Amino acid sequence: MFYDHIVIRYGELSLKGRNRKLFTTKLHEHVIKKLKPFEGTRVKKLRDRMYIILNGADPEPIIEECRHIFGIQSLSVAIKAENEPDKIKEAALFALQQGKNVSTFKVTTKRVNKDFPIDSQAFNHIVGGHLLSNTDGFTVDVHHPDMEIHIDIRNEATYITSARILGAGGLPVGSSGKTLLLLSGGIDSPVAGYMAMKRGVQLEAIHFHSPPYTSERAKQKVIDLAEVLSEYGNNIKIHVVPFTKLQQKIHREIPHGYSMTVMRRMMMRISDQIARKEGILSLTTGESLGQVASQTMESMHAINEVTNYPIIRPLVAMDKEEIIRISQQINTYDISIRPHEDCCTVFVPKSPKTKPRTEKVIQFEGFNDYAADIAETIENVEVIEIAKSTKDDQDMMELF
Amino acid sequence: MIYLDNSATTKPYPEVVESFRQVSEKYYGNPSSVHSFGTEAEKLLRMAKQQAASLLHVHEDEIVFTSGGTEGNNTAIKGIALAHQNRGKHIITTQIEHPSVLEACTALERLGFDVTYLPVNKQGIVSVEDVKNAITKDTILISIMHVNNELGTIQPIKEVGAIAKQHPKLFFHVDHVQGFGKVSIPLHDSGIDLCTISGHKIHGLKGTGLLYIKRNTTIFPLMHGGDQEMGYRSGTENLAGIVSLVKAIRLYFDHANTRTNHVKRLNEKLRACLSEINGLVINTPDHDYVDHILNFSLPGFKPEVVIHALGEKEIYISTKSACSSKQPDESVVLAACGLDKAITKSGLRVSLAYDNCEEDIEAFCEALKMIRNQLSEVMG
Repeated sequence: MFYDHIVIRYGELSLKGRNRKLFTTKLHEHVIKKLKPFEGTRVKKLRDRMYIILNGADPEPIIEECRHIFGIQSLSVAIKAENEPDKIKEAALFALQQGKNVSTFKVTTKRVNKDFPIDSQAFNHIVGGHLLSNTDGFTVDVHHPDMEIHIDIRNEATYITSARILGAGGLPVGSSGKTLLLLSGGIDSPVAGYMAMKRGVQLEAIHFHSPPYTSERAKQKVIDLAEVLSEYGNNIKIHVVPFTKLQQKIHREIPHGYSMTVMRRMMMRISDQIARKEGILSLTTGESLGQVASQTMESMHAINEVTNYPIIRPLVAMDKEEIIRISQQINTYDISIRPHEDCCTVFVPKSPKTKPRTEKVIQFEGFNDYAADIAETIENVEVIEIAKSTKDDQDMMELF
Repeated sequence: MIYLDNSATTKPYPEVVESFRQVSEKYYGNPSSVHSFGTEAEKLLRMAKQQAASLLHVHEDEIVFTSGGTEGNNTAIKGIALAHQNRGKHIITTQIEHPSVLEACTALERLGFDVTYLPVNKQGIVSVEDVKNAITKDTILISIMHVNNELGTIQPIKEVGAIAKQHPKLFFHVDHVQGFGKVSIPLHDSGIDLCTISGHKIHGLKGTGLLYIKRNTTIFPLMHGGDQEMGYRSGTENLAGIVSLVKAIRLYFDHANTRTNHVKRLNEKLRACLSEINGLVINTPDHDYVDHILNFSLPGFKPEVVIHALGEKEIYISTKSACSSKQPDESVVLAACGLDKAITKSGLRVSLAYDNCEEDIEAFCEALKMIRNQLSEVMG
């Protein structure tokens, strides 16, 4: 006997009335994408759960892949048995023997199929008795068992599960629309993107690139980050904005104390326009209140003034330590700390205003016309599609 | 030619040589260079690390590419000893380790370290109890090979790992050069802190290898300089070698199933053939051994003479390990097993690979029989 199924339970999405179909369809897509490398596996989609049919595949790596998919509350390996008491008892015994460091257990039966002749309570006792008389050293503990064996008697069959592995929670990516993430290459912005994805949002990313002040490696960093983020949802498209000319002009024309604020406002304007062009309905940033000069309340106010788009700031109330911890968990930290300059660090003035005044910013910007520069910049944006790896990448992969 | 010396080195896979050639020609930039040509090389290096990490089920930052087994073993042993000598100066190893472990340990003895060389039983296996009992409050390192290179015996690495886990103060290094790809050990959660792997034993190229160093393990590097390989090993990366190594590992894993069965059959055939030869004693035990190594003795016959006689027929086997064969006389490994002098002075080793066939075994046994008869007229 062996585990032949994985049960996937939905979280809050099973509550979402009329949108449920969209949610489960999206989740189904994500699960299927993750299962691609595992030959022979299939997915069965039910109203309140999904089953992965293993067909002999090892469940462990599959669970490892799937538990990162947003929209999954929990997963368990399961044995499918016919609705026959003896078959179920046998499977429960197997599940108990597979446990590691288990000395106490409890049996919980759920009988959806009311045609099954024995009621849940009575069946708990029958299975429990069977387990006790066929093993040594196990005892029953109904309050704090080391292992809870679930027997789920359904119309078509019975599923026996033991350990429950926690999923990533949230909503399936793609079920809550699209956002444009300002992705710098630092620690915060990828985490912000991840948090947005957790609520079902699909990402596109925008990155400001200032060659020769910033190197190809800084761009590569962003591509690598987007690749990691793509693991958690959809393949991410990156809009790489050639920012050098505009940045030089700001550096030349704007008093240094205000250049950072103006630079940020330009980034917002460009992001706003690209989002409009792409039919994206919000922007997302990795800003965390008070972290640096551009993230004070006054700065946010002055920067936000150029767009009426909703700006999602998932990290706004988080401490740096918390952000770092998440970035380590989602595997973006090691990429983020690679030591390459990004456009925000190169032109940073010695002492940027931490409390810029909006009317002053507008006044400084008024001395020059930037509309043409912005239009030209947007004209030359390079779009990189992640996951459809580039030809170069494929050439490199051939070497392995 | 019949090549039966695959524990000394193997024939590289053609695909591995091809990868080496392509990387050498196309990506010769220095991964540390700032320009985009260097960036490409750096990217390839990172991909190599990702591939290696996923093949070995470890984190990318736990892999340090090296020049092979000797460097891996030296880096691990000296690196741990020098970095952690303030905790204690005691090292535990066995009497049957590869010279790159034994000699690194004796070198440390000259620096004031105290080394326990554990004995092995007649089958060449170290006792877990002995390891446990040898641990003192000064012990900072246990270094044990997984598979012995002369005998092919498998050491109880899993059990030693469990013991090492209970002593958070000490590190556990596994010389996995002969065992890699033949016997599997999970690296994570096994108590193993460092693990040496070599490329040219698995149809990769000479000068390639890697050392697994568990996260948060500090070592004193052997090479100081530009802080390549996270500072564990300075020196411009051998990118072509690194890529070819990862390719060799992948191919070796891909072929695992067919190879294992094939080599097992060859081993059975070899054992059967050899047992028909008069006076021949098989030294590799019949349990806890790997199929690709078989050690035997022809008491009374100088092994070098047998090797040369076989060499005349273009059949290549070896005496003891190639690295030990510059030392005179008896096999240290066989001696450590407590075998008779007659046996330890006449040890021979056949080592197999996927590209050997049954005819190779038959031809070798025929030749050995003939040589034995011819020589016994002179020597016997």
